[in-house]
Amino acid sequence: MSELAKNSKKNLNKSVQSEITTLLIVAVAFVIVEIFKSVGLINSHVQGMLVPLCYYSIVAVSLNLVVGILGDLSLGHAGFMCVGAYASSIFSVVTKDAIPSTWLRFTLAIILGGIFAAIFGFLIGIPVLRLSGDYLAIVTLAFGEIIKNILGSIYVGYDSNGIHMSFESTSSLNLEEDGKLLINGPLGISGTPKNATFEVGVVLLLITLVVVLNFINSRGGRAVMSVRDNRIAAESVGINVTKYKLIAFTLSAFFAGIAGVLYSHNIAVLAASSKNFGYNMSILFLVFVVLGGIGNIRGSVIAAVVLTLLPELLRSMNDYRMLIYSIVLILMMIFTSSPKMIEYREKHGLHRKVKAGNKKNNVPKDAGGEENV
Amino acid sequence: MEFLNNVINGISLGSIYAVIALGYTMVYGIAKMLNFAHGDIIMVGSYIVFILMSRTSVNPYIALLISIAACTVLGVLVERLAYRPLRGASPLAVLITAIGVSYFLENAALLIFGSQAKNFTSFIKFPSITFGGGAVVIQGLTIVTIVVSLVIMIVLTLFVNKTKPGKAMLAVSEDQGAAQLMGINVNKTIALTFAIGSGLAAIAGVLLCSKYPTLSSQTGAMPGIKAFVAAVLGGIGSIPGAAIGGLLIGIIEILSKTYISSQLSDAIVFAVLIVVLLVKPTGILGKKVQVKV
Repeated sequence: MSELAKNSKKNLNKSVQSEITTLLIVAVAFVIVEIFKSVGLINSHVQGMLVPLCYYSIVAVSLNLVVGILGDLSLGHAGFMCVGAYASSIFSVVTKDAIPSTWLRFTLAIILGGIFAAIFGFLIGIPVLRLSGDYLAIVTLAFGEIIKNILGSIYVGYDSNGIHMSFESTSSLNLEEDGKLLINGPLGISGTPKNATFEVGVVLLLITLVVVLNFINSRGGRAVMSVRDNRIAAESVGINVTKYKLIAFTLSAFFAGIAGVLYSHNIAVLAASSKNFGYNMSILFLVFVVLGGIGNIRGSVIAAVVLTLLPELLRSMNDYRMLIYSIVLILMMIFTSSPKMIEYREKHGLHRKVKAGNKKNNVPKDAGGEENV
Repeated sequence: MEFLNNVINGISLGSIYAVIALGYTMVYGIAKMLNFAHGDIIMVGSYIVFILMSRTSVNPYIALLISIAACTVLGVLVERLAYRPLRGASPLAVLITAIGVSYFLENAALLIFGSQAKNFTSFIKFPSITFGGGAVVIQGLTIVTIVVSLVIMIVLTLFVNKTKPGKAMLAVSEDQGAAQLMGINVNKTIALTFAIGSGLAAIAGVLLCSKYPTLSSQTGAMPGIKAFVAAVLGGIGSIPGAAIGGLLIGIIEILSKTYISSQLSDAIVFAVLIVVLLVKPTGILGKKVQVKV
C-alpha cells in the first residue's frame, strides 16, 4: 500500500514537473522572441506570424484534448473557432464606442468568444458524443461545415427596430437609414479592432495550457482517459461517461473559440469561407496534434509552432508543404499504431514504457498501445 | 412541372451519389473503416479521363476504361501501403491515416495538374426526352446516369450474393476471424473490395464531371462526403441502402438549392445526416448490431 501511495505521489510530482516544464518552455520562447524583437532581428514577415502562432497553438492544444485525452476525432474545431471569432467580432464592433477601454473590451470579447464556442460545443456534444469513432468524426465535420455555411451567408444588421437577419442580400434587411450592418454575408464583418498582440496571445496560450494540463491531471481528466481506454469498464465502475466526455468536449470548444477571438482580432475583415474555417483547416489542426504526439500537450504546441514557421522560413518548400504533411501523417500513424511496428519496437527496446509505475507489473503486450508516445 | 424537373435533376445527381456511396458502403461493411480518400479517387479518375481526352485522340470510352483500371490499381495500392499495416490498430489511427491519404491525393493532384480548374467536356451524347408538351425534359445525361447506376447496382448485388468472391466478402464483413478460419483470404478479399469501390469511383467521376464540368483537386472532396452521408442515411453496409440514400440526398440537395438557398444546400444535407444519426443511427436499411463486452 505504502509503495503504491509513494508511486502515485511520484507520478503526481512528475506530472506537475512536466506541466511546469511546458509552461517554462513557452515563457522562455516568449522572452527570446521579445528580445529578438527589441534588437530588430525579426523581420516584419515573421512578426506577422507571431499571433497566428499563438492561436494555432491554442487550437492544437484544445484539439489534442479531444483526440488524445477523449480518444475521439473532431473535425469541427474550425467551426468552433469560427463561432468564437464571429461572436467576439460582433461584440467588439458593437461596443466600440460604448466601452472606451481597449483592455476591458478585448477581455470581455475573449471571454464572450470562448463562452459562445463552449455553448455550441455543449449543444453539439450532447447528441454527438453518443456516437463514436468514424460517425463522430463525420458529424463534427458536418457541424463545422454547417456553422461555416450559415455564418458565411447570413446578413445581420440592427437599427432602432431591433435586429434584422436575412440570407439574401443587404437590401433585404430593410435597415433604416441610421441602421448598422453587422455581418455582410460572404463579405463578413469588417472594422474589428486589431487588438490581438503577441503578448496577449502568449498569455492566453499559457492560460490554456494551465487549464488543460490541470484538467488532464484532475479526477475529471482521469475519468475521461478511462473512458477512452475502455468505455464499458469505465461505465461499470460508475463513471458517468456522457458527463465527463461532455466536460472535455465543451472545454475544448471553449479554447478553440478563444483561438478564434485571436484570429478575428488580428485581421481586417472576418469572413467565413472554406479557406479559413472549412474542414481542411480542422485537418491541419489534426496534423499539428498527430505530429506533436497524440495525447502530448507540449508536443502540440511545438508542432503548431514549427509547422507554421517552417514553411514561412523555407519559402521554396511552400508548394510541397501540404504534400509532405500528408505523407508524414500517414507514416506517423503507421509507425505509432501499426500492430507490427509496435511489436518491432517492443522487441528492440524502442518502445517507451507507458508509466514508471507499470514497470514491475506484467503488462500484457497489447496493453501499452499508443499512450503518450 | 418545374418541381418535377427539379426532382428528375435530383434523381440524376442522386444516382451519382449512389454509385460513390457504393464504394463507401462496401469498404465500410468489410474493412470497418471510413475510406476518407474515396472522394479523391473520383477526382483522380476524372483527371485521367480529362488528360487522355485533351492530350491524345483516344476514344473517350477507352479513356474511361483506362481510368477505371488506373483507379482500381490506385485503390489497391492505397489499401496495401497505408491501410493494411494498420489492420487491427485503433479506429482513430485508421481514420487519421485515411484523412492523410485523402490529403495526399488532393495535394499531389494540385501539384501535378495545377490550381487552375479545368473545364471537363462531357462526351456522353444521348438525346433528351420531353414529356407533357415540352414542360418536362429529361436530359440525355440524366438517362445515362440513371441507367448506368442501375446496372452497376444490379451487377454488384448479383456479384455479392451469387459468386464465390462475393460470398467471401459477406463472410469477411460478418466476422473476419471466422472467415479466415474457413479458409477465406481476408487480405485478398479486402483488396478486392477496394478495387471494386475505386473502379466505381472512376465511373462516378466521369458522370459527376459531365454534370458539373469544373474539375479541380477539390472536385471529389465534397461529393465524397455527401456520398458518405448518403451511405449512412441508407444504412451503411447495405447496397440497396446506398441507392436509396444517394437518391434522397440528391433530391434534397437539388430541391433545397432551388427553393431555399443555394449557399445553404450543403448545410441542409449535413443537417439531414445529423438528424438521421440521432434518430436512427443504423440508417434506413441498416441492421442493428449489439456490442458485447
